[in-house]
Parts: sequence; structure tokens; C-alpha cells
Amino acid sequence: MKKVFQLSELDCAACADRMETAIRKLPGVTAVAVNFVTQRLTLEADDATFEEVVQAARKVAARTAHGCILS
Amino acid sequence: MTHKQKQTLMTIVIAAVIFIAALLVPQPVFRFILFLIAYLLSGFSVLKEAGENIIHGEIFDENFLMSVATLGALVIGEYPEAVAVMLLYQTGELFQSYALGKSRKSISALMDIRPDTAHVERKGETITVSPEDVAVGEVFVIKPGERVPLDGVVLEGASALNTAALTGESLPRDVTVGDDVVSGCVNQSGLLRVRASKPYGESTVAKILDLVENASAKKAKTEAFITRFARIYTPLVCAAALLLFVLPPLITGGGWRIWGERALSFLVVSCPCALVISVPLTFFGGIGGASRNGILVKGSNYLEQLASAETVVFDKTGTLTEGSFKVTLIHPDQVTEQELLKLAATVESYSDHPISRSIRAQYHLPVDSDGLTNVQEIAGQGVSAELHGRTLFAGNQKLMDTIGVVTPNCPHEGSTVVHVARDGVYLGHIVISDEIKSGSKAAVAALKREGVRKTVMLTGDTQAVADQVGRELGLTEVHAQLLPADKVDQVEKLLSPNGPKGRLIFVGDGVNDAPVLTRADVGVAMGALGSDAAVEAADVVLMDDDPRKLPLAIGIARHTLQIARQNIVFALAVKLGVLALIAVGLANMWLAVFADVGVSLLAILNATRALRVRNEE
Repeated sequence: MKKVFQLSELDCAACADRMETAIRKLPGVTAVAVNFVTQRLTLEADDATFEEVVQAARKVAARTAHGCILS
Repeated sequence: MTHKQKQTLMTIVIAAVIFIAALLVPQPVFRFILFLIAYLLSGFSVLKEAGENIIHGEIFDENFLMSVATLGALVIGEYPEAVAVMLLYQTGELFQSYALGKSRKSISALMDIRPDTAHVERKGETITVSPEDVAVGEVFVIKPGERVPLDGVVLEGASALNTAALTGESLPRDVTVGDDVVSGCVNQSGLLRVRASKPYGESTVAKILDLVENASAKKAKTEAFITRFARIYTPLVCAAALLLFVLPPLITGGGWRIWGERALSFLVVSCPCALVISVPLTFFGGIGGASRNGILVKGSNYLEQLASAETVVFDKTGTLTEGSFKVTLIHPDQVTEQELLKLAATVESYSDHPISRSIRAQYHLPVDSDGLTNVQEIAGQGVSAELHGRTLFAGNQKLMDTIGVVTPNCPHEGSTVVHVARDGVYLGHIVISDEIKSGSKAAVAALKREGVRKTVMLTGDTQAVADQVGRELGLTEVHAQLLPADKVDQVEKLLSPNGPKGRLIFVGDGVNDAPVLTRADVGVAMGALGSDAAVEAADVVLMDDDPRKLPLAIGIARHTLQIARQNIVFALAVKLGVLALIAVGLANMWLAVFADVGVSLLAILNATRALRVRNEE
């Protein structure tokens, strides 16, 4: 399943990069792309565990990018 | 300002007030306590994040640096310094966040071609819904002044559409019953009833917005470089700070405090934020600026490559020329122009050859085939028929030679000539050409001005036609009579002599140029308002088929790169300069913070300049 999320509080491009790398390492993630300028995150992960992956991604986002919020 | 930004501002203001109070208080213990409160108030979030990140293994980030720098200052007794630096840092971060938000908003606002509503007719009523809720086949109404919400076909009404949002052209397009309308355009004068042909998700406007927003995902080499640079820069400066703290005192035997201060200041300047934020923003601005002129660039990397264009290769038909054969001249001999045209059209009325179609198109009127018999097509030569008992021949030089009719010496280089003879008498000829687009000559001239060294044309057409077009447009090279596979070979040949930095751009109309588009460094397609095949195959799409948009695209690309380079050079120069000043003791922590924040802000503001397009003429 592929879904696009709107991010907020993403002020640092280096953080966006870190976040992308960290989310990519999460289990179940097929592909992830973070667009710093438009504050969008495109996530592709296994259908079965999609919700869990999203939750995990939310935590990673908040941690690696100064409290970045994944909506 | 966002909610979080407002909260931060409040915290900073309160901390600043306490800080000033602390400065005015003489009593040392009380003073220290006030400083501490101010410090904790302004620095709590930074310290907390630094702590959290260390636990997760991410040590080297700006929070860590700022924490170490300010805690260090506290340890050596520089209380005012510690608080001031922390306050300045937080203020700077706030400014940066605000500036970034504004930049993002202004870029998005300029590309706001998104339609908000559609007035759909359901069960006899007209209701206003979101364009996403309209199904294919439903009928909707567009009032004057409104934006077209979906792609569709006009059922009722006539009006003019302003396509500026998609192509950058302000010349309105007339539409009436039966015409296609494209989403994103603004309806000018008349009310239109339209049937939706595509859902919103597949509409032109949605596709363009999607393309532009995702374009910044394909990172330019410059962006990738900056990200890598930032990763090694921070640890490097930390290491340098450590050395600065430890080495000089060991060598000179003292001055730990001074070198400690300097090392801490080093840490403050070590954040490469200015670079890392401004470069992607600059490219996004560039792509946005291009799209406002009807130039869709699918990736920041293509923008970068456009800027180094050295060779531009054009396809002929449909790119430099209109692609449709048209009657350009009528030279009658024994009859009037109209007579000649009518006779030719009549004889050619049963042929489906493009030449026949163009003659009939020029004639305009329905052909009177009363009295027309014995129509024959003579392969490679023309057609013959009998009209009211008289024998008519229409065709090329070979046909005239076959029937023994002498043609006058009237050369039309590079065009197709149709001679007409009746009962052995020469009646005149009609000249048919593939017209060169009005903007092609200016486009080639502009490309040369932009520094493109070679302008090449590839075509499957004859050498004579190719030479003629090449002469008229001032091209460097032409290659004719090429099969599609030959075109790829030609591009290969042209690719090799290019310097390592020079790029080859191929411009075609997309449909049959896919292999060449792929082989070129940048593939540009003429994508008349939504031609799917072109948009798919190419890296850059010129929305209105105007070749003049190519030099403009190159100009935008160059401008964008220039701004990105300015930001990089400026940020690095200032940072390294401040680092040097700190090392020799001419700068303190305050200056370091100012330098860091100031540079970031300026870089962000400069990035928005990439949106503005220099318009020639």
C-alpha cells in the first residue's frame, strides 16, 4: 500500500534526510520518500502491517526531526 | 505563525525579560539564579532533544552542539554568555522557521492553479461540490471568471479560455460546442456547460500539480552533494573544536579558559543549516518559476542539466515545423488561382494522401464530384481522372514527364509541388509545405545567445527540405532521410565530443521519439496541453509547443543554479571566515550566533528569487 502524508514542523532539511533514512530501515517498509520543500512523505509498505508501520514512522519522525508531526 | 512558533516566541520573550533583569541585579547569588532560570527556560527544549537524540544514537546534531557550547560556558562561569547565546540561537531558529514557512507559502501560492469547486448538475439541480466528487460523464457548469475544474467536452456555450496558468501564454483560446476544455484554465466571458471526460485525479491540473510537487524529489547533484557535505561537516567542526580546546593550551602551557571559549564558539558556527535548507528551496523555486511559464520540469536534476546545455538536437516535423502540410503558394498558368485549386481538389477528392488532404483543406468548400469519373492513383506520381469528359492529371514532376507536359522552371526548394494539366495543357502548380513554426527562428537565435554551441536537426524528410529549413533557421547541422534507429545513432555520435560538463538536449514531439528522448541527457517534449504520451516519455514538457520556451527553460535553469551557487559560496565563506576569526580571538560567541542565523535567513530569502523569471522581449 502506498500513501502520501502531510508533515508539519519540518524545518530542517538535514532532519528530513535523517528521517527518511531512519524510516527506510523500519521493518515492512518497501519505499519512502520525504519531500522537504512541500512537507510530504510518501510511504510504501506491506498491506498487512501498514498501520503499525505508520505508527512507527510517526515516532521516528518526531524523534529525528525535532518533533515533526505526521498527519 | 504556527501555534508552536507562537509558544516558542512567548518562551523567548519571557526568558529575555528575566535575562535583562538578571543583568541589572547586583547580588551574585540572586543574579546566578535568574540567569539559570532564563537559561533553562530558553534552553530546555534544546537540552531535552540533545539528550533524547544521544539515547537513540544520534549524537552530532545542532542541539548537541548548542547544549555543549552553552553548558560549557556556564561551567567556566560565563553566565551572561551562556544565556545570551541560547536566547540568540532560539530566536534565530524561530526566524528561520518563519522565513521557511513564508517561502514555502509564496512558492505554492504562485502555483495555485488548483480549482476549488465545481458546479455539477444532478437531478435537475446545480450543486457546488469539490472537483474530486464529480464523476466521468457528469455535466458541470463553469461561470465566467471561474477556473475550469475538470477536463471535459463543451456541450453548450461559447467562450474564451485563459490558459496562462498552464502555458504562461495570455492569448485566450476560443472554445465552443464540441471543443475540449482543459482544467486549470480560467473561463473568461461566457457560461459553459461541460461534460467531464476524466476524473479529477487524472485531470491535467492534477497531473501538473503532482509533477511539480514531486519534481523536487528527484534531487539535483548539487542537493545530494550538500546533504553529504552536511553529514561530514558537523563532526569535522566538532573535532576541530576539540583540538582547538586541547592543543593550544597544551603547547603554550595555559589559557584553558580562552581556548575553551573559542572552542565553544566554534561549535556554535558548525551548523550547516543555511546550506541544507536553502538549496532544495532554491530548486523548488526554479521548478515553480518554470511551470508558471508552461515549462514542466520533472526533476531538479534535469533543471541542473539544462543549465549545462551545449548541444540541442531537434526533431523536425511537429517540433520546428507545424507538422501539418499546408498549401503555401498557388501558381496558375491558364486559369485563375481558385479554378486551379478547385480542379486539383476535385481530382484529389478520392485520395487520402496528406497532400490531397491539404489541397482539399485549402479549397474549403465541398467538392462537386458531378462529372468525375475514372479516378486513378499513380503510385509515386499523383492522380488522374476525367472531369466532364476532359482528362486531368495532378502530381509531381515525374507525372508531368510521363504524360509529356512541360513544366516551367519555377523552383520551390524544400517543398512539394503539385502540377496540374488538363488535356495535355499545363494549368499551373500548387506548392505545399510543412510550415516552419513562427517561433522557431527566434528560438534558435535565443539558444545561441544562451551559449548553446551546436543546434542540430534530425529528420526523416528529404535532404533538400532539411537543408532549406537549416538555412532558414540558422542551424549548425542537419541530418536528413533518417529512420528512427538512425536518429539514435546520430545522437550517440553527437554525445561523444561533448565536454564532460556539456549536455545534450533532444526536443521532439514525444510520440515516436521515445528511444532518442531516453538517450539524450535531457529529453524535451512538445506536449500540447496534456498529450499523455509526451508527458510520459520526456524529462521536460513544453506545454504549448512553442520552441521559444526551450531557451527560456535554459535561462531559468541557469538562473536557479546561479542562486544556489551564491547561497553555497556565501554561507561557506561567512562560516569559514567566522571560524577563522574565532580561532585567532577576534570573535566571540555572540558573533558566531549572529553569523549563523544571519546567513541562514539571507540564504532562504535569496532562494525565493529563483521564482522570478527574467522575461526576454
